[in-house]
Amino acid sequence: MPPKTLFEKLWDSHLVHQEAGQPSLLYVDLHLVHEVTSPQAFDGLRMAGRKVRRTDLTIAVADHNTPTWAMSLPITDPIAKAQLDALSRNCEEFGVTLYDRFSPNQGIVHIIGPEQGYTQPGKVIVCGDSHTSTHGAFGALAIGIGTTQVELVLATQCLVQARFKSMEVRVDGRLPRGVTAKDLILGVIGQIGIGGATGHAIEYTGLAVRELSMEGRMTVCNMSIEAGARAGMVAPDDTTFDYMRGRPNVPQGDDFDAAVEEWRTLPTDPGAEYDTVVRIDGAALEPFVTWGTNPGMVVPVTGRVPDPASFEDPGDREAAERALIYMDLEPDTPIEEVQIDRVFLGSCTNSRIEDLRAASEVVKGRKVADRVYAMVVPGSNAIKRQAEDEGLDGIFKDAGFDWREAGCSMCLGMNPDVLQPGERCASTSNRNFEGRQGKGGRTHLVSPQMAAAAAIAGHFVDVREW
Amino acid sequence: MEPFVRVSGVVAPLDRVNVDTDQIIPAQFLKRIERTGFGQFLFYTWRLNADGSPNPDFILNKPGYENTSILVAGRNFGAGSSREHAPWALLDYGIRAIIAPSFADIFHKNCFENGIAPIILPEAQVREIMEKAQAQPGYRLTVDLEHCRITEPDHEGLNIPFVMHDDPETHEFRRHALLNGQDEIDLVLAQEDRIGAFEASRGPYGGVLSVGRNR
Ligand code: SF4
Repeated sequence: MPPKTLFEKLWDSHLVHQEAGQPSLLYVDLHLVHEVTSPQAFDGLRMAGRKVRRTDLTIAVADHNTPTWAMSLPITDPIAKAQLDALSRNCEEFGVTLYDRFSPNQGIVHIIGPEQGYTQPGKVIVCGDSHTSTHGAFGALAIGIGTTQVELVLATQCLVQARFKSMEVRVDGRLPRGVTAKDLILGVIGQIGIGGATGHAIEYTGLAVRELSMEGRMTVCNMSIEAGARAGMVAPDDTTFDYMRGRPNVPQGDDFDAAVEEWRTLPTDPGAEYDTVVRIDGAALEPFVTWGTNPGMVVPVTGRVPDPASFEDPGDREAAERALIYMDLEPDTPIEEVQIDRVFLGSCTNSRIEDLRAASEVVKGRKVADRVYAMVVPGSNAIKRQAEDEGLDGIFKDAGFDWREAGCSMCLGMNPDVLQPGERCASTSNRNFEGRQGKGGRTHLVSPQMAAAAAIAGHFVDVREW
Repeated sequence: MEPFVRVSGVVAPLDRVNVDTDQIIPAQFLKRIERTGFGQFLFYTWRLNADGSPNPDFILNKPGYENTSILVAGRNFGAGSSREHAPWALLDYGIRAIIAPSFADIFHKNCFENGIAPIILPEAQVREIMEKAQAQPGYRLTVDLEHCRITEPDHEGLNIPFVMHDDPETHEFRRHALLNGQDEIDLVLAQEDRIGAFEASRGPYGGVLSVGRNR
């Protein structure tokens, strides 16, 4: 057999049918559903009198609209409530398991999939959400889809998809102290650009990736979409299996060992070729901060806001000019002089226990700057409980952080957590588009440690010198 | 889905690269549970001032571009989220075709599902159309999907071929579906035997091996 990449193994093993000259028909092992992108899909099923084909492979989560204030308080936005109610009704009617606002294991869909053991190596996973790429950290092919495709998968458990090209992003070397998985992926996006991986599924390889925890790998795969890729993945290894062992919904005991044996066949074979290869020197990466209105507009914390005139491409130059106006920044301003008003520690990129631990180390015994309002939104109720068991909530609260319930929150501002026009935020999320965190809000993407340090200092600081 | 055979209409130049889905439709408008009515929110923060009045500087509000049905934009159009509300908003506003050097993948696919033609042209040709549309408000083009050509109405000036996907086979597949207004779901439901056989063929564990083990 010719050598195959991880991506090829995943694709080929899920081919239900391949007609010459047509997209593949792929089988889906796990379909994650949330309230924002599913109501129209369930409506479509209802109108056509169809059922959900595999309710046992479908899991729904309420996360985007859910308020992060106390669960005892009602939802005040009637349209958000209507959407959440629609999800509950649909799940009830179609027999789909739902993690709603009151479920003890509720959280952001891309957090609880892995946490509850649904996400496993070798699966094809889809969700009506671009950050589905997160699940690729386990050696799964995880693809974000639109609502029409959500309906298709609900009805048929299959996806019609033209094969992606494969890209290896090889990060050699060791990440220096203070440089995180978030910085790694920001560095990749800065290098290849936000359209750099369009049409591709990325596999991250190299020492720096191998040495990442599962949390870190999820952070990296999460932002593959910000490089334009449809999927990001890391081959499964002992780090993966150790994370999974004993979780609910994974095989237990001997079954787990048998599964591991199978999963060990997934990594890319020696000699297999990728369509595109990108190399990054992990040892040369620094803590990054975005300065503009897309995730590719990024510089090291020691750098300066660039001058639009320095961009060769006219489109990039125009975009940089617009971004600086929107962000209210002057060219050549040192990043460390940029003052912030808000800090958001959360989102499916960086709200896992390891992120909260790392950020709490930074804030321990210190106080949030007077000018800053800072909040922590754990990615799931389980993470929140664990953090509370470890006393992290106390550290954050003592420092002046708000400690919230789980959800997407200010990552996209669909719930009441939004930036006010003109406010500047250090955010651990994944998108800094205009208005992403609230109309007129200004977002700088950073790692949890960098966000925590900025909360204390009131401006960006190099966490390596903390 | 409404078939797309030939669309003639006003071309609006949106001379920006990386137009993202948060600009096409901001998140606060994703709470509706219908597929329709999203046109009023299209390019919300660019198109409307803070008080809700039209921003006269935004291209779709300028005289001559009132009845735009074709957008021409910079590379990587539709970057960002998977929200199908983006094509729903474009369609509801009256946009049937988008011309750009490249598209973000999920948005690109979502266009096909909704009868919007995402047209890929080389940068230089996009630039030429952009400049014509900027110089002559009300500039019209015809997108002919049967012959995959873009033409000026009199067939005198511009007359160029186009594709909708870099892969010729995928382009042809999508073209066929658009021409016939064909929904994917019907195609796949017709493969029931194959899907059932595939499910039956798989072993006990996830992955290269099987479904199941989810619960
Ligand atoms: S946390 Fe943000 S990026 Fe992640 S699923 Fe929620 S809204 Fe999307």
